[in-house]
Amino acid sequence: MKVIDKSLAGTLESSDIQIILMPAENGGIEIELKSSVEKQFGRQIRKIITETLGKLQIENVKVIAVDNGALDCTIRARVECAAYRACGIKEKYDWEVID
Amino acid sequence: MERLRRTMMFVPGSNPSMLKDAYIYGADSLMFDLEDAVAINEKDSARFLVYNAIKTIDYGNTEIVVRINGLDTPFGKDDIEAVVRAGADVIRLPKTERKEDILEVEAVIEEVEKKCGRSIGSTKMMAAVESPIGVINAYSIATSSKRLIGIALGAEDYVTNMKTKRYADGTELLGAREGIVIAARAAGIYALDTVYSNVDDEEGFRREVRLIKQLGFDGKSVINPRQIKPVHEIFAPTPEEIRRSANIIRAAKEAKQQGLGVISLNGKMIDKPIIDRADRILQLAAAVGLYKEAEEYEK
Repeated sequence: MKVIDKSLAGTLESSDIQIILMPAENGGIEIELKSSVEKQFGRQIRKIITETLGKLQIENVKVIAVDNGALDCTIRARVECAAYRACGIKEKYDWEVID
Repeated sequence: MERLRRTMMFVPGSNPSMLKDAYIYGADSLMFDLEDAVAINEKDSARFLVYNAIKTIDYGNTEIVVRINGLDTPFGKDDIEAVVRAGADVIRLPKTERKEDILEVEAVIEEVEKKCGRSIGSTKMMAAVESPIGVINAYSIATSSKRLIGIALGAEDYVTNMKTKRYADGTELLGAREGIVIAARAAGIYALDTVYSNVDDEEGFRREVRLIKQLGFDGKSVINPRQIKPVHEIFAPTPEEIRRSANIIRAAKEAKQQGLGVISLNGKMIDKPIIDRADRILQLAAAVGLYKEAEEYEK
């Protein structure tokens, strides 16, 4: 999928992560992460973001992530949502790919 | 004994913190809501949250129900895809008016089960009746599918359609409640009552729970963890009920052993409905840890 727009999913509440996606200027996946648990979980959060984008075949994107202690499943959910929004897809998702 | 469904707690599907923590309060079922609790521009994000939460979080024995958006909205079909694939126990349909509403959703569920390799029929369904026509069609709805585990009353829309509002004594809901319990009993499925919105009025809540227990409901939808304990307390059999039921079952067993056709206990005749009721009370008491079969109860 191709990121065509800037998008946002998630909130700044506790147990959530806010994900902002935008087309990457230089290609590739670039992640800017702010997290209250960065020292302990920063690497894991980046890994989940990268894996989720990979599953959706998004290769060129800039990610700004603000984490407030989200579970892995919440990170996946927010990245998936932001990705589809950034690609302009609002319904009839390809669940074979997501699943 | 079949599953207890005394409490079904509503959890907004858009709230990651609640999706993560809701099961610790001990409701029998959790109902993740993708419908009215979710703003129209967050339908997609809530769906992804609920999908990933169900796939990942171990909710133990808590039954996971998801209320989807209707198939007459742009969200219903994706909701079903997500929820069936995630492995929710039950899909709850809002605003069910006729059996065709169930059959349409069932067809989509079956299609998704086939696509993703889940066994056909593994996703159960329940219907929320929220209109006068839904109440009139309650039996036809309740018997429309083998997947259906229960029907619930949704009172807010119902009272608006009935040109009334909710009153403290619940008289305005009596017809709908009885219609739903009778339909559920005739169909052999569960009957669940509507929510009580004023979380701060515990006495009013308890009064309503006592009423729906009296009418024969299996349980109630709750909107706050504080409402769980009162429902479980009111639905638990009393020590006196347990003692009397244990004596009835013992008398029935003894009469059977002695080949007696007529059973009497303390001079009163006991017939089959009384034995069935005693048996159900003991099953419920056993399920909540208040009764063990081997225990001796004072006559």
